[in-house]
Amino acid sequence: MKKKRAIIEYFLPVFAYIALIALLGIIITIFTEALPLFKTIPFLEFLTGREWRPTYNPPIFGAFPLIVASLFVTIFSMIIAVPIGVATSIYLSKLSGGFIREFLKPIVELLSSIPSVVYGFFGVVFLSPLIKDLFNLPFGLNGFNASIILAFMAIPTITSIAEDAISSVPVDLEQASYGLGASRLETIFHIVIPAALPGIFTAISLGFGRAIGETMAVLMVAGGAIAIPTSLFDPMRPLPAAIAAEMAEAPVGGLHYRALFSLAILLLVFILFFNLIAEYFRNKFTFKGS
Amino acid sequence: MKKVLMILAVSLIAVFILTGCTREQPENIEITMNGSTTVFPIAQRAAEVYMDAHLNVTISVEGTGSGNGIAALIDKTTDIANSSREIKAEEVDKAKANGVNPYETPIALDALSIVIHPSNPVNNLTQDQVKKIYTGEITNWKDVGGPDLYIVVVSRDSSSGTYEAFIELALGKDTKITDKALSQASNQVVKNTVATTEGAIGYIGLGYVDESVKAISFEGVTPNKENALNKTYPLSRYLYMYTNGEPTGAVKEFIDFVLGEEGQIIAEEVGFIRIK
Repeated sequence: MKKKRAIIEYFLPVFAYIALIALLGIIITIFTEALPLFKTIPFLEFLTGREWRPTYNPPIFGAFPLIVASLFVTIFSMIIAVPIGVATSIYLSKLSGGFIREFLKPIVELLSSIPSVVYGFFGVVFLSPLIKDLFNLPFGLNGFNASIILAFMAIPTITSIAEDAISSVPVDLEQASYGLGASRLETIFHIVIPAALPGIFTAISLGFGRAIGETMAVLMVAGGAIAIPTSLFDPMRPLPAAIAAEMAEAPVGGLHYRALFSLAILLLVFILFFNLIAEYFRNKFTFKGS
Repeated sequence: MKKVLMILAVSLIAVFILTGCTREQPENIEITMNGSTTVFPIAQRAAEVYMDAHLNVTISVEGTGSGNGIAALIDKTTDIANSSREIKAEEVDKAKANGVNPYETPIALDALSIVIHPSNPVNNLTQDQVKKIYTGEITNWKDVGGPDLYIVVVSRDSSSGTYEAFIELALGKDTKITDKALSQASNQVVKNTVATTEGAIGYIGLGYVDESVKAISFEGVTPNKENALNKTYPLSRYLYMYTNGEPTGAVKEFIDFVLGEEGQIIAEEVGFIRIK
């Protein structure tokens, strides 16, 4: 028995470190593949270049249109997904009764296990004609379509993690609130949610990560144009879509290949930056009590 | 207990090693094909028919794009690279450096069709008009004899062999396609987009054309088999299978099958033009 425990205690950390090793491996690979690009093209030019013509002769690598596209679709999808996701989680954890909760929660979680290509297909076949007719546009594959699809994909992530955070707020806090004569809504909005805020920020940052990194669906519905988008209704090509669409033909070790890895660095940086912001808010609102 | 586990482990490892060694048996032959999504339907169907007749042969087909197929040939991870374009000089250099000698076998002829929405009355575009549309100089159908309708330019990802062929055949090398063009991932998606978008123009392989879209003439020449074969239709190209050196053994037998009567009928059935 003792031996068994020793073995388990010995091996568990190994498994935990696998994630770390994988992350390090990914970062090292991306950087070693990407960095030689900047010997040929200055980093600032890559970042602010207004044209992305990787197969043109000579090739032009300006990531700015792709960055703007990524920010467009991600931010707008968050504008849709955060209120819906958080509201759903509040309803599920505090306001809905036993049966509805048992019924709704698995459905929301099921949403997150639908493959992204199915979301993409939905966007192409259903949303695209709808958007085209509704807004009287010449076509329906654009940033708006992508944002809606991304919102759908981020909502389950946000909902289930925020719901966990809200559910794990200590009951004695709630009871104390009721004891002081607060109503249910007052308790939820003034006690439970503030106490769960760090967890809600985690939920939002994971939802953001899901949205900005999503590839297949945006590749299918965002339209893929390389012009700098000026409106949500322009067709656009977010970073992951560019990587996925072009990696196939980029000769290994060539400039285009390295430029695509550089796009991956940008994605990593965005996600890291957003996680840091979320971390800041997490710490700021961490409940100090009990 | 420990001993039993040990024995189990050793025998398992032995099984893995031994089963890994079955290559000596001549019966099971594996052929891998990778490359162009345009060639994929021919390759896939031909592989199925061929495997039915040759039970000891397993052929795996992947459609990842011409460039990927050729890259796989250079890396020696595929036996046959399907390509919808000729191999580039730099790819040949790379292959040579890697000890691979790309050998080209044309297997069928493909004609690109310019397609528009069925409700669009335009029937023909000149090369100049197509070029102006694709570079964004002309943005309304009324400038080329159509209705007052915004032209939705649909193109392919730059990783597509069809994209490269279209640029080379229709627009001229190194033409910059308008940055407002929608970029789609496959022939099928381009067709769907054009079929559901009134103002759209796109280009797809002749084999993908059906009644959901309208294939228009280019320079007055209708895109069809006869015109591609007698070379009057400008937007046509050969499809290739590349091998490392002249094909031998099972690979040769398979390519001979593709070039034979049955293989060429398959090429025709999936919408391309036979060359033998």
